[in-house]
Amino acid sequence: MNAIIVNHLTKQYPSTLAVDDISFAVPTGSITGLLGGNGAGKTTTISMLLGLLVPTSGSITILGHNMATDRFAALAQMNFSSPYIALPARLSVIENLRVYGHLYNVPHLARRIEELAAQFNLTPLLKRLAGELSAGQKTRVALAKSLINRPDVLLLDEPTASLDPDTGDFVRTTLETYRTTHNATILLASHNMAEVERLCDDVLMMKSGKIVDRGTPEGLITRYGRDDMEQVFLDIARSPAL
Amino acid sequence: MKPLAQSARRIFGLVYRHVALYRRSWPRLLEISYWPTLELLIWGFTASYFAHATLNPGLLAGGALIAGVLLWEVTLRGQLGVTYSFLEDIWSRNLGHVFVSPLRPAELVASLLVVSLLRTLVGLFPATILAYLLYSFNILHLGPVLLLFFINLLFMGWWVALLIVALLFRYGAGAEALAWTVAFGITPFACVFYPVAVLPPWLQPLALALPAAHIFEGMRAALLYNLTDWRNLAAAATLNAAWLLVAIAVFGLQFRAARIRGALIAIGE
Repeated sequence: MNAIIVNHLTKQYPSTLAVDDISFAVPTGSITGLLGGNGAGKTTTISMLLGLLVPTSGSITILGHNMATDRFAALAQMNFSSPYIALPARLSVIENLRVYGHLYNVPHLARRIEELAAQFNLTPLLKRLAGELSAGQKTRVALAKSLINRPDVLLLDEPTASLDPDTGDFVRTTLETYRTTHNATILLASHNMAEVERLCDDVLMMKSGKIVDRGTPEGLITRYGRDDMEQVFLDIARSPAL
Repeated sequence: MKPLAQSARRIFGLVYRHVALYRRSWPRLLEISYWPTLELLIWGFTASYFAHATLNPGLLAGGALIAGVLLWEVTLRGQLGVTYSFLEDIWSRNLGHVFVSPLRPAELVASLLVVSLLRTLVGLFPATILAYLLYSFNILHLGPVLLLFFINLLFMGWWVALLIVALLFRYGAGAEALAWTVAFGITPFACVFYPVAVLPPWLQPLALALPAAHIFEGMRAALLYNLTDWRNLAAAATLNAAWLLVAIAVFGLQFRAARIRGALIAIGE
């Protein structure tokens, strides 16, 4: 059973072909990495999966819902986190979580916020303004927001960018635990290859808007005859043939 | 939970986002009532001066000026309430999260309108009290028709705001200046302080295409002759309905176009 099915997806801007006829499926309960250099088309792909961007052609089905015609039904069962999209800085942590709890119609919201606060060590920060938090604290809040509706599909854009190793490890452990306990499907764009090796069951390698290779991290490392995903990434990024 | 209740809760979520912001920020609260109060003081004292200079108590004329200030502020505050609230989310780089939630565009608009109504009521309250204390002008003396004036002027502020938000979708935060200036630019043609007949003939059709010009004709009829001008009220309501339909269509088209261009991702840039 696939939670995400993408068929012949293309995004053509007036002067750029950002995504070029890609197809893939993400099995339910898996963590899939979406990798590629800057401008490879990862963010464009994630934006189309989230309904922020209308594809030029192709189709996206998430949790059985066609994103072109029924995206709000899918969005209610999804969530998203990115360090590049902020939460309102002048609201406190608890106010932010309340806002998104209401937007996602979370039942028993106060109890859910308590659970998340305990899970992400946010209890002492609940009344602090989001804008006054450190980068690591903001990431924990953003992750709590992204799990507030217990999503079946979680899309993450560089979830550990600019985090110290301790916080980065905390985020990865949280994602692994969440996937296991909720059978959640996670699609992850990342530039951190160690993170990809640790978390991902499957990897999609993007370059110039196309998926140029795919496989498990171990499979890709073996196929390219390399020691780790970092070297595989560099091989693909620098290969003129791909 | 039923779909309507779910929808109401999502709208409440965004309204709560703005109420929470104002609850802790006295400068924001002060800003809401600052301009209406300032306008009232300027025009109130101007009316008082004319009353003394002409040796005429000028209560009626002064009443028309002060009522004009207070009622036109309904449109201005109504429009700013929508566009300012939308800009708050642009400035806080939060719209990406909002647009990937199950919140429908119509619910986004509904939440902005609720915030706008709250801002308008809070913003006009001190000016209304001051009008009574300083100039013995009680806006409630207009009677029940005041409610119809209020609703029509608020609706005008809202459709102007929807057109501005549509421009923000089209041109991004670069169109921010329009949020502050467009409604003020309409003021000369809204005929707040003078009859439509004062305008040059070639400008009169423009004024008559705006609901506000009809409302203020009706307001002067109510204040000066104690009449309820149903013809102008009906014209204002019809024009508001027509303009609102246009604004909703433009908003919908620009929202769709923004999703095609990818502008929702970079709207704050």
